[in-house]
Amino acid sequence: MPRRDVIHGSRALAEAVKLCDVKVIAAYPITPQTHIVEDIAKFVANGELKAEYIKVESEHSAMSACIGSSATGARTFTATSSQGLALMYEMLFVASGLRLPIVMANANRAMSAPINIWNDQQDTISVRDCGWLQFYCETNQEVLDYTIQAFKISESKGVYLPSIVCLDGYVLTHTIEPVEIPDKEAVEEFLPPYSPPFFLDPEEPMTLGPLGDPSVYMEFRKEQQKGMEKAYEVIKKVNKEFEEHFGRSYGMIEEYNMENAEIALITLGSVAGTIKDVIDESKEKVGLIKIRTFRPFPKEELIKALKDVSSVAVIEKDISIGLGEGAVFSELKGILYATNVHPNIINAIVGLGGRDVTKEHIAKIIKECKKPKQEVIWVGLK
Amino acid sequence: MTKIPLGGHIREVGSTEKYKTGAWRTFYPELDDKKCIRCGTCWIFCPEGCIYREKGKMKINLDYCKGCGICANECPTGAIKMLLEEK
Repeated sequence: MPRRDVIHGSRALAEAVKLCDVKVIAAYPITPQTHIVEDIAKFVANGELKAEYIKVESEHSAMSACIGSSATGARTFTATSSQGLALMYEMLFVASGLRLPIVMANANRAMSAPINIWNDQQDTISVRDCGWLQFYCETNQEVLDYTIQAFKISESKGVYLPSIVCLDGYVLTHTIEPVEIPDKEAVEEFLPPYSPPFFLDPEEPMTLGPLGDPSVYMEFRKEQQKGMEKAYEVIKKVNKEFEEHFGRSYGMIEEYNMENAEIALITLGSVAGTIKDVIDESKEKVGLIKIRTFRPFPKEELIKALKDVSSVAVIEKDISIGLGEGAVFSELKGILYATNVHPNIINAIVGLGGRDVTKEHIAKIIKECKKPKQEVIWVGLK
Repeated sequence: MTKIPLGGHIREVGSTEKYKTGAWRTFYPELDDKKCIRCGTCWIFCPEGCIYREKGKMKINLDYCKGCGICANECPTGAIKMLLEEK
């Protein structure tokens, strides 16, 4: 029988790692991710999780150790946040290039300077082109569920790409919510042991990570893109299987009150909860589209969901300095350009560096997007 | 499209031999066999593994030597000199 616990998002993540029978964890502590790896360290120390826990001197080393471990065919996990993710940057490309299905949790936190330990999503948005799948969570239940799914998706034939499970720092990591924790047996049935297509083995020597000169490099990169396209299909299939096993289902996007909606709000992560409350209380025909998978980007789903709306506001916690808008907004405009779906569309930059996003802010954005005066608005700016 | 094995892994061991790196060189080593005492110090230090013994004498495989000069620096009798490649 699954049990119901009232736990932090970090604990939900650690529980998921335990359920997934991870063999190697290499991680370095950083606020607000620390108690994810603390909980996992406890599980390993008291024998609840039979895994190798590698203590390292930096996040660059953590990701390097994960790459080595995953290359031997072991299911591998790490967790980080903000500056830690940035320090991993070069190794992120190596992990995805070598097609190693590592799963990482990132407690979303603002980038320095100024130093700030609070939540926004600039960290993971900034690594969007590294070839990692990215899943954004709204609730602690999603944190647990997406982590279990991430291993299955990453390890699927034809995908073999690593995943980042993104959970908003403090808003989820340090907030207590009821979470249904499935039985170990049920998870084992859903997620069989990792069976790698190749692995480093002294009995059968091979080369991994050779030079790829101009005669092969482009083809190599194209293969990675094909892996991501495969992930697009696999995510849907895994969702269906997940629903059969655990009774909970998630799409590439989640649509809330979108039937007959004239205004669509689009966002990623935990702020979706606040937006749903505003929608419930609003007299407007307003709905929400929550992007669950940012990579691969849910192009078809977004185009379909937006075809009958007149106004759209993309609400996001990141900013591309120099372009002056958020990445999700730019990408959405890009995919709509080639279609005949052309609603009024504005971008609301919110919640940078942990600035509260209130119901009043969301109501203001709804009002603004009906008669837009400017394309990009910073909401909550003092 | 050219078929790339997943993640670029290579099953064939020793395929690096097919990739000759000697052309990268600016300086090449020249070994004076009269000064050479066959101690093997150059063989130990060569990072590319391109120094070998043949019939008791030390030889350098210039197909792979990148010209780093470590052998010349380490040679206890000064038997190896680094000379500019002039082609």
